[in-house]
Amino acid sequence: MSIGAPTEAPRWVTHALVPLINLALALIISGLLIFALGEDPFEAISILAYGAFGYPEAIGYTLYYTTNFIFTGLAVAIAFHCFLFNIGGEGQAYLGGLGAGVVGLAIGHWPSPIVLILGILAAAAFGGAWAFIPAWLQAKRGSHIVITTIMFNFIAAALMTYLMVEIFIEPGQQSAESRDFEAGAIMPFVHDILAQIGIDAGHSFLNLSFVLALICCVLFWFFVWRTRWGYEIRSVGQNESAAVYGGIMPSRAIILAMCISGGLAGLVGVNEILGVHHRLLLEFTAGYGFVGIAVALMGRNHPFGIFLAALLFGALYQGGQELAFDMPNINRDMVVVIQGLVILFSGALENMFRPRIEALFMRRARSAPAAAE
Amino acid sequence: MKKLFTGALTALALAVTGALATGPASADDFSPAIVFDMGGKFDKSFNEAAYNGAERFKSESGVTYREFEVTNPSQREQAMRNMARRGATVIIAMGFAQAAAVETVAKEFPDIKFTLIDMVVDLPNVQSVIFKEHEGSFLVGMAAALASKTGKVGFIGGMDIPLIRKFALGYVEGAKYVNADIEVYQNMTGTTPSAWNDPTKGGELARSQFDRGADVVYAAAGGTGVGVYQAAKDAGKLAIGVDSNQNYMHPGTMLTSMVKRVDVAVYEAFMTAKNGTWQGGFKILGLAEDGVGFALDKYNRDLVSADMEMKIEAARKDIISGKVEVTDYMAQ
Repeated sequence: MSIGAPTEAPRWVTHALVPLINLALALIISGLLIFALGEDPFEAISILAYGAFGYPEAIGYTLYYTTNFIFTGLAVAIAFHCFLFNIGGEGQAYLGGLGAGVVGLAIGHWPSPIVLILGILAAAAFGGAWAFIPAWLQAKRGSHIVITTIMFNFIAAALMTYLMVEIFIEPGQQSAESRDFEAGAIMPFVHDILAQIGIDAGHSFLNLSFVLALICCVLFWFFVWRTRWGYEIRSVGQNESAAVYGGIMPSRAIILAMCISGGLAGLVGVNEILGVHHRLLLEFTAGYGFVGIAVALMGRNHPFGIFLAALLFGALYQGGQELAFDMPNINRDMVVVIQGLVILFSGALENMFRPRIEALFMRRARSAPAAAE
Repeated sequence: MKKLFTGALTALALAVTGALATGPASADDFSPAIVFDMGGKFDKSFNEAAYNGAERFKSESGVTYREFEVTNPSQREQAMRNMARRGATVIIAMGFAQAAAVETVAKEFPDIKFTLIDMVVDLPNVQSVIFKEHEGSFLVGMAAALASKTGKVGFIGGMDIPLIRKFALGYVEGAKYVNADIEVYQNMTGTTPSAWNDPTKGGELARSQFDRGADVVYAAAGGTGVGVYQAAKDAGKLAIGVDSNQNYMHPGTMLTSMVKRVDVAVYEAFMTAKNGTWQGGFKILGLAEDGVGFALDKYNRDLVSADMEMKIEAARKDIISGKVEVTDYMAQ
């Protein structure tokens, strides 16, 4: 740093200031919209913040949503590292839930740790297997992964509906849901654990899958930047011809990246099926797979960034719900608009301010040493 | 900076808690609430019927109600618990999908009344309202068969779930009751929830059924039905509406509608809770209770001949008396 002018803006500008400015802009525009609807924007933001972090149960729900977004965000990110756009997170998560659910239904009476570990493995395996087919088609046949993964979302939905309506449905039941799992297949709730040590954390859906998500973040970092496989995936992602020249088989890297991607997305099934619903049901993925794309973009494909972006989206989901609850003029569609603005400013319009702000700080950094000399 | 943030958050927390704390105290006596399901309250069908019932209650009693529209399956339980905490005394849950959430939350709040529409939960503080859609569908199936000149009629369902098969089976039995040789084409719009709101595909399915010779189609498909009715109008064929009375949409080609009085169920749940006559347990609304029926009004009067009306009316009486039995898909 001492010699010459810095070629990059300070890290805190790139990684903290610019995202915060983008977020603030999204909130300002949301505030104007809320004002136009005849509600007080400051009150709305305070309800949103209170609803997301204001009391233990709210924090629990925020972290529960965060868990899903970490899984799907990491899933999209690993594919991005291989320059693949996996839009199939939704279907892979759906199938992951099927894997977890089959384990829960089949061996729910076994000792809990065994069932849970098998459930996690099954969720990852089912999700990974669902991603394997598009991956294979891309690697060996050149079928575009965006098209195939999108199509596989619909196939997953059709398959799940068929299985739920024809096979897993509890007889005599209106809604297409399976019977409840036995105790062994239930991922413990965090509030139950906290209650045992005397802390009252209300009654949220937050369960130990959150810990699994954090472990996945660390493993993700290690895998991508510290292993040979991660290196291969990144090489293929950045320059496939160079990777081939370096003795890497692109098809193998593509299939590996996509299977891990699908496996990570499948873990949403652990959080939802083993952690919350304790039965198999339809539609539990609720768009988490798609939001994962925004999370990965915002988090710049790095696990720490993904964690923060997932936390932000978790807060918007949970706080947004409280907002719809407490302000009659703000309905659920308005909440989607606010979420959309955050995605727009932090993801799509990311480069609107970045070059200018960075240039500003680079100039200052250049003039500062000059003054010191 | 961090301290400031924490401070601000605490102040905020206190302010909002204060605001919440005053809520239930003032609404000590009676506070109704309703949780709509994923379709949203303006789905022109099931949820909207409930919304109309709730609005009618509001205008007649002057009591406002709390409402919430869920956007994902996890929100159902949370929304109901939120309502309960904020002092709701009676909570209506719309749709079979909310059954599991009602069961959980009703156990936690035994003093709060829950009314669940379209599904059964067996708890003392839960009132389960279910409809005999197969009976209503039977009557419109008869209407379809009586109106058909080709001897071929169609059914277009929304998402392929047992409830919609229940509609379909009643419809087929009704059609066959009139004409044992009738051919009934059945199509489901899709396997994902978007099947409830896909008018384009609904229209395509209707056209394909018309091409195969059907001249009456019955749509039990929520918002998808709009496309079906439009296709029938364009082709000069007949269509049958569902849930709400949809005859007014295209007078002249809307043969009738299978009405399901969700609005009445919602209105009565609120009203009886207000008057203190609300009771837990099951409420099964079929033809006998006027919970389902076939709509006859000025918009379709010309399409339903006196002979048709007489035959359908006779069948209605026979079903009520038990002489004719309609198979319930769910009870098979």
